[in-house]
Amino acid sequence: MSNNKAFSATGNQMVAEAIRQCDPDVMAAYPITPQTTIVENYAKFVAAGRVHTEFVTVESEHSALSACVGASSAGARVATATASQGLAYMWEVLPIAAGMRLPIVMANANRTLASPINIGCDHSDIMGVRDSGWIILFAETAQEAYDNTIVSFKVAEDRRVLLPVLTTLDGFITSHAMERCEMNDDQQVKDFVGDYEPLYPLLDTNNPVGHGMYANAPEFAKSRVNERAAMDRSLSVLEEHGKAWSKVTGRPFELVDTWGTEDADYVMVILGSAAGNFRHVARQLREEGVKVGIVRPRVYRPFPAEQIAQACKGAKAVAVMDRSDSMGAACGPLGADVLSAFYTHGLTVPAKNYVYGLGGCDVSNEMVRRVVADLEKVAEGSADRSLTYLDA
Amino acid sequence: MANIKQLSERPECLAAGHRLCGGCGASICVRQVLMGVPEDAQVVVANATGCLEVSTTIYPYNSWNVPFVHNAFANAAATISGVEAAFKGLQAAGKIPADKKMKFVAFGGDGGTYDIGMQSLSGAMERGHDMVYVCYDNGAYMNTGIQRSSATPRGAWATTSEVGAAQQGKPQVRKDLASIIAAHGVKYVGQSTVGHWKDLVAKAEKAFAVEGPAFLNVLAPCPRGWRIKSDQTLEISRLAVDTKFWPLFEVEDGVWKLTPVKEKNQKPLEDFLRPQGRFKHLFKPGNEALLQELKDDVDAYWRYLEGRVEGSKDL
Repeated sequence: MSNNKAFSATGNQMVAEAIRQCDPDVMAAYPITPQTTIVENYAKFVAAGRVHTEFVTVESEHSALSACVGASSAGARVATATASQGLAYMWEVLPIAAGMRLPIVMANANRTLASPINIGCDHSDIMGVRDSGWIILFAETAQEAYDNTIVSFKVAEDRRVLLPVLTTLDGFITSHAMERCEMNDDQQVKDFVGDYEPLYPLLDTNNPVGHGMYANAPEFAKSRVNERAAMDRSLSVLEEHGKAWSKVTGRPFELVDTWGTEDADYVMVILGSAAGNFRHVARQLREEGVKVGIVRPRVYRPFPAEQIAQACKGAKAVAVMDRSDSMGAACGPLGADVLSAFYTHGLTVPAKNYVYGLGGCDVSNEMVRRVVADLEKVAEGSADRSLTYLDA
Repeated sequence: MANIKQLSERPECLAAGHRLCGGCGASICVRQVLMGVPEDAQVVVANATGCLEVSTTIYPYNSWNVPFVHNAFANAAATISGVEAAFKGLQAAGKIPADKKMKFVAFGGDGGTYDIGMQSLSGAMERGHDMVYVCYDNGAYMNTGIQRSSATPRGAWATTSEVGAAQQGKPQVRKDLASIIAAHGVKYVGQSTVGHWKDLVAKAEKAFAVEGPAFLNVLAPCPRGWRIKSDQTLEISRLAVDTKFWPLFEVEDGVWKLTPVKEKNQKPLEDFLRPQGRFKHLFKPGNEALLQELKDDVDAYWRYLEGRVEGSKDL
């Protein structure tokens, strides 16, 4: 257990501190609000000599991730941070980093994508990269953003994994709001994360290697098979290192956080910061006699399908809450993942998919109550189960 | 500078057996440039997507005898800047000896440099990384099928600047990349060609000697795209210089130096254009005025360079 003092901090401050404590050799970043203060905080650490990091202030997000790929191939521990259009601008390089099996850690302050241009929180940016081969974590709080970031380095660099990790927090809501936080000692983080020992660094000039080579059909497919296997393996590695960090900190780490699901009639599956709003209303509803449970995946890629199906198996109806849409699809991205998890694990529980909180829209108590009221009808089989927008 | 015998004894960084076409200027460029790496330094190569990359790295084969990284098309400069940053960061961490000497070089074609890689290159030059960026300029997107780039000369045929009743090849003039990079205030910019090995290796040595960013623009003919025979690469490179189409110059600490073409070597522009199929329409009746305009472009650019030499001589 840690005896760390509580203090107030923003999610961005906590992510910057976590990266500082992991002390990457290279950080390459470009300012895209709302992650910008991660980079600004980090620039202060650099200026104060508190890190040994080579800080590369690039001219675009595309170059930020490109420089990270170069640095990681060279054998460095590497970090960056982005959001929204910046993540979209990096898109080309995301599957390259994953295909090259480079353990880059990137923080993303989840935010919507233009147009219309808007700086508020939703998950459009991160969901747009969900198939790029990066491990993706969602923090509910600034505290989790800190813990997830530290665990990210450990998992990314684990030789059973060697994949890049996106450690995300909700833009403005978590990135900029002050919360009660605690931090571990630098030495505890250092001991937990350990030294990075790269497998085939470019800078080992006695053993010259090529990175990012051309591969024709069969070899290409083999590399994808290996990448998929590493991604699948990473779920248990995340659990292993998450639990180990939890032992150090005394703070929980679950692949899927569950609340009230043991006896819940109605379960809502939700990612990120709004889970707190949902739990708040769920508590009220339980006092009123409605048994509501909340399922919050902390890990989104690899998708903890079995854990989610397990948490929902006793429910009469399930709502899947998406903070972005997959235009033209039958479901939002989380909706599609959860429903396929149900199908794969033999669950026939009726479910309904919602889109909420777009571009920073408030998540109200009334909205949550409306979902639960719907679920009562869904359970009876009398509700329209098509995708429903709650904001407008 | 070393003589040709000494150069021939230096280690080959690019092994034979790669899949580039016979007479390709890119591989000649790589071999000559890497001869300029200081003998006490190790080198890491980054490469933009293009012929050079796809032809030298077909898994499980690899022609590079030095550490090599390919990332994507637009970002060779950003990629090598990350490698260089890693070197500094790992030295600061004590994981690489402080006295280890390394050089970092990126190769890109003109598409990957003048066009899609321009921002990445500009950023890396401005940030001051210890790196050499080498553009092997063959004046079009040869890897994808001879599409025009901003390096394609005016009047040249390309598959996206066609020749027909309404258009005679590319209407626009070539972007002056060397001047743009010189405007970044980097310590060394050199323009050369694979046809002048002595000039190119000397410029590469100067570029590698710089601590900080340096840039080389190297004319590297593509027999396939220029519609020449594969044994004409070096000859056509020299004709590019002798007709003043491709001036050899350098910018050292802001001072411009232009290599004059000896009077006995001077040739009319037609001698460079006529052997190339991509310019053959210029010699058809009705294109006399266009041909004259190309000659005027060449003269104007030469006068511009003389002006830069004159204007910087007292710096």
